Amino acid sequence: MLKPSLIPARLVSGRASVRGAPGIAIEGGMRIETVPQSARVSPLAGWGRYPRIASEILSVHAPDEAAAGIAGREGVIARGLGRAYGDAAIGACGTLIMTRLDRVRSFDPATGRIEVEAGVSLDRILRDFVPRGFFPPVVPGTRFVTVGGMIASDVHGKNHHCDGGFGAHVETLTLMLPDGSHRTCSRERDAALFFATIGGMGLTGPILGAAFHLRPIETGWITRRTRVATDLAAVLAGLDATADSTYSVAWIDCLALGKDLGRGLIFRGEHASRTELTRSDRHRDPFPEARTGRLGIPFDCAAPTLNRMTVKAFNALYYRRGAKNADGPALVPWHNYFFPLDGLSNWNRLYGARGFLQHQCVVPPANASSVLAEILGRVARLGSASPLAVLKQLGPSEGMMSFPVPGYTLALDLPATPSAFTLLDEIDRVVVATGGRLYLAKDARQSRTTFEAGYPNLAAFQALRRDLGAERSTASHLSTRLGL
Amino acid sequence: MDRTNVLLLVGATSDIGHAVALRYARAGWRILLTARDPASAARNGDDIAARTGASVEILRLDITDTGGFDAFVSGLTPLPDTVVCAVGELGDQGLAQSDAGHAANVIAVNFTGPALLLGRLAEAFERRGTGTLVGISSVAGDRGRGSNYVYGSAKAGFTAFLSGLRNRLARSGVHVLTVKPGFVRTRMTRDMRLPPVLTAEPQEVADAIFMAAQERRTNVLYVRRIWQLVMAVIGAIPEPMFLRLRL
Repeated sequence: MLKPSLIPARLVSGRASVRGAPGIAIEGGMRIETVPQSARVSPLAGWGRYPRIASEILSVHAPDEAAAGIAGREGVIARGLGRAYGDAAIGACGTLIMTRLDRVRSFDPATGRIEVEAGVSLDRILRDFVPRGFFPPVVPGTRFVTVGGMIASDVHGKNHHCDGGFGAHVETLTLMLPDGSHRTCSRERDAALFFATIGGMGLTGPILGAAFHLRPIETGWITRRTRVATDLAAVLAGLDATADSTYSVAWIDCLALGKDLGRGLIFRGEHASRTELTRSDRHRDPFPEARTGRLGIPFDCAAPTLNRMTVKAFNALYYRRGAKNADGPALVPWHNYFFPLDGLSNWNRLYGARGFLQHQCVVPPANASSVLAEILGRVARLGSASPLAVLKQLGPSEGMMSFPVPGYTLALDLPATPSAFTLLDEIDRVVVATGGRLYLAKDARQSRTTFEAGYPNLAAFQALRRDLGAERSTASHLSTRLGL
Repeated sequence: MDRTNVLLLVGATSDIGHAVALRYARAGWRILLTARDPASAARNGDDIAARTGASVEILRLDITDTGGFDAFVSGLTPLPDTVVCAVGELGDQGLAQSDAGHAANVIAVNFTGPALLLGRLAEAFERRGTGTLVGISSVAGDRGRGSNYVYGSAKAGFTAFLSGLRNRLARSGVHVLTVKPGFVRTRMTRDMRLPPVLTAEPQEVADAIFMAAQERRTNVLYVRRIWQLVMAVIGAIPEPMFLRLRL
């Protein structure tokens, strides 16, 4: 188990300098050092900024360059926008930067079918296609992810209980095999490889492209209904009662204790129709544009920015404001409903330079209320929890290593302090004992025991990786840490 | 607008060219792309068409084949409203010093080709009395430096050509815009360590070009204004001192 005290030893600052590298300057007066691709080494971290580990950087600018990127190399993983929280997108040796593979290959407005390169961002898709009346079938909590990353993590959205994860909507995906060849697979063709790649954390090889359908929408607005839940039982009952809503999610005040334990707000949502929009009696733009970068955290905050007092105050305020607006429907722009945190760029810096841990588990419905109460109780007692605790219902998923199973998922952030590591180890034991598991895309620290207990398909996945020859060629720090 | 505006983007496989064409397509323009090998531009052409629903056509054009320019320009129907020339090749300064063929190619791709093509288009625009010509030059042309003077001198020539063309067409209704992007994160600069403050993304360059070309007030566009200062400082260094620098 990695403890925060070990971080400095693993931290590599700056890029490795290359002796004898030819220097050239093209523009301006500055002398720019050119570095052969093979020698660029840079420290990488996930969104949680823990851990930070040096990896060789290999960037891909065209689909046919990917093969050269991994030829003869071992331990390479594809990386998109780096929104996995932990070490999933840090290559064991090399990291393939996929964000320049960002072209849309085709789009059919009659059917909504879109074919893209894997590095295209969800943000770009939304900004191009929402104004044209289309919305992705599933979106996670941030729009700054790539399609490749969404497939590799089989991300879920607020509609998982109805529509499944993003993987459920992927028709075909193209993968690069260890020999550099491209393989397109689907539910009908190479199904085993297809289902191993969905949720497979990039470990079956770099995903190069995919095809899926966007859904038609009449407007870019969401009709949101807020319901107040005064304790955990009310939150769970509320989520069950809103299972017929397309989108639903609960925010939990994870610092509330005693009779308030688990109190929260439930947000339901539906895509608003044209009629609803015009009825709302304002001259609203039917397809509001997402603003970017208006607010941001320009530097690492001092560690105590998010402490028991500030978070408690924020939570109380947020809860009261939600309660005031409850019941009646409200029309909110799509980006406010789905991606509230994207409005604050670099919010991960709120936790300071030491970084933070996100813990996301899913627990089966049977003992959910007692298990979740125990988790929330422990977190509330520790007192260093974040304002970002989210609870939602999940349905089943198809991917061999996909995270979602039927039940409730709870996500919370904790600063990466020694006491948080200890607390999360205890929580993991509770989760595993009830038949739950942790989300790999969020993970930076779970133990192999926890992981193995949560993912019964592990052996089959390892065998598939062996047969594919991907075991050596493809590896991330997550996969080496967990023996994936 | 009773008719769809048409953009001719010369150099469709360049990252800046792709971003520029995408920007115009988003604004509802019809897009004509050129590439030496149309198949190699299909990736960018398909992307622009799929994202925006714009009509995108790829034309074959070799920027070094100056003899073919008249036929190319007379074959353009309709004549585009705006032309952006984004072709360019850094080349290898060391090789250019010893290999005249390589140096000649760098000069042809960065200067003679773009200048003569825009010159032909300028004639047609002048006859029509409207149009915008955008040439993507470089801050490297502001002062020749030991490390890249073949590329730099070609860009200097292009900058001077655009300046003269603008002067000549000043009262004709045709606007000429010179763009000096500074560092841009593209395939051309992929292996370089670029200082973030001085480095723009292709999309940023595209937005700046679109805005300046539509407003028709800017003549020389430094995408990041700090470059104007940087180049003014470099330009002001007295030659004896400049000779002692390795730039």
